[in-house]
Amino acid sequence: MSIALKATDLSKTFEIGKRLIGPPRGRVRAVHPTTFEVHAGETLGIVGESGCGKSTLARMLVGLEPPTQGSIEIEGRALDNADPAAFGRLIQYVFQDPVSSLNPRKTIREILEVPLKLLHGMDRKARAERIAEIFEAVNLRPEFLTRYPHEFSGGQAQRIGIARALAANARILILDEPVSALDVSVQAQVLNLLADLKREFGLTYLFISHDLAVVEAVSDRIAVLYFGAVVEQGPAEKVFAMPRHPYTKLLADSAPRVGQPLGGVQSGELPDPLNPPPGCAFAGRCPRASDRCRVERPELRVIEGDQLAACHHPL
Amino acid sequence: MGAFVKLLFRNRLAGFGAVVLGVIVVLALITPWLPLHPPNETVTANRFLRPGTPGHLLGTDHLGRDLLSRLLWGTRLSLAVGFAAAVIAGVVGAAIGIIAGYFGGRTDNVTMRGVDMLMAFPYILLALAIVAALGPGLMNALIAVAVVNIPFFARNIRGITVGIANKEFIDAARLSGMGHTRILLTEVLPNVIPVIVIAMSTTIGWMILETAGLSFLGLGSQPPQADLGSMLGEARSAMITAPHTSIVPGVMILLIVMSINLLGDGVRDALDPRLRSGALTRPLPATQVARKSVPEVPARPGLLEIDALETQFHVGKRVYRAVGGVTLELKPGECLGLIGESGSGKSVTALSVMGLVASPPGVITGGAVRLEGQDLVGARYERLRSLRGDKVAYIFQDPLSTLHPLYRVGDQLAEAILCHHGIGRAAAMERAVKLLEDVRIPNASARARAFPHELSGGMRQRVAIAMALANEPDIIIADEPTTALDVTVQAQVLALLDELRRERGVAILFITHDFGVVGQLCDRVAVMYAGRIVEQGTTREVLDDPAHPYTRRLIACVPELGEGRRVMAAIPGLPPAVDNLPDGCAFAPRCDKATEACRTGEIALEGGARKVRCIHPEGSVREATA
Repeated sequence: MSIALKATDLSKTFEIGKRLIGPPRGRVRAVHPTTFEVHAGETLGIVGESGCGKSTLARMLVGLEPPTQGSIEIEGRALDNADPAAFGRLIQYVFQDPVSSLNPRKTIREILEVPLKLLHGMDRKARAERIAEIFEAVNLRPEFLTRYPHEFSGGQAQRIGIARALAANARILILDEPVSALDVSVQAQVLNLLADLKREFGLTYLFISHDLAVVEAVSDRIAVLYFGAVVEQGPAEKVFAMPRHPYTKLLADSAPRVGQPLGGVQSGELPDPLNPPPGCAFAGRCPRASDRCRVERPELRVIEGDQLAACHHPL
Repeated sequence: MGAFVKLLFRNRLAGFGAVVLGVIVVLALITPWLPLHPPNETVTANRFLRPGTPGHLLGTDHLGRDLLSRLLWGTRLSLAVGFAAAVIAGVVGAAIGIIAGYFGGRTDNVTMRGVDMLMAFPYILLALAIVAALGPGLMNALIAVAVVNIPFFARNIRGITVGIANKEFIDAARLSGMGHTRILLTEVLPNVIPVIVIAMSTTIGWMILETAGLSFLGLGSQPPQADLGSMLGEARSAMITAPHTSIVPGVMILLIVMSINLLGDGVRDALDPRLRSGALTRPLPATQVARKSVPEVPARPGLLEIDALETQFHVGKRVYRAVGGVTLELKPGECLGLIGESGSGKSVTALSVMGLVASPPGVITGGAVRLEGQDLVGARYERLRSLRGDKVAYIFQDPLSTLHPLYRVGDQLAEAILCHHGIGRAAAMERAVKLLEDVRIPNASARARAFPHELSGGMRQRVAIAMALANEPDIIIADEPTTALDVTVQAQVLALLDELRRERGVAILFITHDFGVVGQLCDRVAVMYAGRIVEQGTTREVLDDPAHPYTRRLIACVPELGEGRRVMAAIPGLPPAVDNLPDGCAFAPRCDKATEACRTGEIALEGGARKVRCIHPEGSVREATA
């Protein structure tokens, strides 16, 4: 299987309180050096809670945020600091908020034409044909093309967002919480559409979400992010069923499930990003933490077979 | 466009301004073709003729020039200069603002500090300095006025652009291959143009005044050319002997500036989207009530009974039936879940209980809400206020917007207690700290002195729960209290709510869209669709054995952890708009079991403790009815 997307030691540090002259007041490491691969045709799920760096990671992968360090390789081509337009032909992004990701002053046709014109230099006739084709693929009626974004419901707007990503003809899509803003009945429609499109066009997905059940339902492999670093990685059916990292177990126990008593309750919150702890970021909340965890950062390593975890005392 | 004009003229003063300005502009435009004396024709014999003199309707000035002619030519010039200055200031200022706001960082910092420096000079001083450097003349006065006003536009537009530049559609445009120039012109600019137009319409009057001021000082238009400022300046020496020479241009300046300002304010209001939904009208303290009939009070009153409640939103001619006859009962100490998708009316039902639906446009049009047998719909505002927070407390979704950002959380808690109990500040503060301990906030006495932004989302929601508990209410209405929280924090908050409810025997009406949460917390559950309850029963019954096709299919849509990779069962279509509900069952168009009977007439909510609103129920309810 060929590798569609490869990130090597990718990291991002934000400078807080920038001044006109002199060093910034503080630095926040949003993403610690991270290395991973996504195979062609695969769906890699990324889960994590707010502030874990999953959106920053995604924005780096499409070139919207320059990485501080590390390299990105897409379909065998290095694209470390290229322009978003160079990324655009190979990898596209579907945003969380379907309405704010569409310019309110443009018709849907105008929005969809841009990538065709600028990335592929298609003429008017070719564009019209391609748009009709894509619109059919995402199950939208052609008369919607002349309307403005505010006339659509969340689910329809998200289909338009997906249509725009498809228009660029990229084979890799980063889906950043694509169904979080939608109601459950509509959420299922969009997830099924994504599955159909993947099969039809042979796409590769990076699916980011905070909803464990959704990620489990759509992914082949899952990476769990905590405090800017991957703490666990493994096949979707094993990650939550047989977690190796105590944080993954906490997440799985916290997810509300019908018929299961309220569980996984554990106090504690994320450490202060301006003053991160020297050892494992989860040590403060972890029931298995030892002295070693508080001084030495665990590296991501193979625990058993295809399951990886960054933990000194894996489950 | 038609709607805009209608809205504009609904504001009488703006309409008046538009008419006055319209007349002045038309006169200024047709001046060259009017039968007037040449404006600069000097006839010293006719000096200072009074207004009304034959041939000189408004009299003459100190050189015997016709005032009417000079006034119209002067107005023409003043309007043109003011308009040109506004356009120049608007274009240049907007360009600076858009570039600074879009690129941000150092570009923004350097440009805006430059603009700040420009703003630090007094207006007129800066204008004088520019004219002094360039030399007097109308063109130079125009440049000076434009430059002086650039900072205003730049700051204004920069603020708007910063908001737009962070929107996701800008990122999407970059990924579509657009460069910065193209993004600025086709993505950012169309979204700031309304703001530029509004800023121009409200400042053009000011610019005409400034130009007149410079001309008055002799730095603008040069004799014999007339503009309104220079006319005033020349009339200054004869102010006492021939007052009409200064009154005529003075009145014209007043009329122009006043009408432009009135019209500008009107345009601003009419373009504001909030005005169209009626949001600028102040909401009433309690929801309006217009009931045709009041349901009878039952013999044995419960704790909280919502009885055939109907709440509508009246916007223009449209009627949105957000809640269409909801009946619910909450027993002491129980947790009742109210579940539904967005727009199903679950929040409006909850807000109607204490008359908290914003009016206008909200109106309670039927039914009753009884607290221990007493009807709250139509109760006096004082009575509602004494019950709000005391007997019935609310917890909302976003704790950051429910807590006041400028007060310490301890003070806000103490205030909630003092509203209902006169126990003194110190005692209230002590109780506030106790409450924070009750909701398991570590180090409560120190956290009581924190501001909301200093707390994490989970901690803020705990504070909101503490506030709801402050007066030991009988009922807590929790509207999606954990939706904005991360799963691990959500589990903590749910466990806390469950514990508090069992300790204190408080009843909870829990509104959510999440079946998992309902399953863990609630004793009973009611499912809402398009403003009505479609199914009701104990949590176990409804979740394990749903009777309404909507409930069954909605549960099937939700993926559950541990089921692995799968295809989701989706419900095709969308929920109906509540201003255009179909006849019969609102779910019929999306239901695979719908028959002709489902599409006509009224379908009742039937059953005892287990109720369902369906002709073709499923599961054990179907077997029971068959």
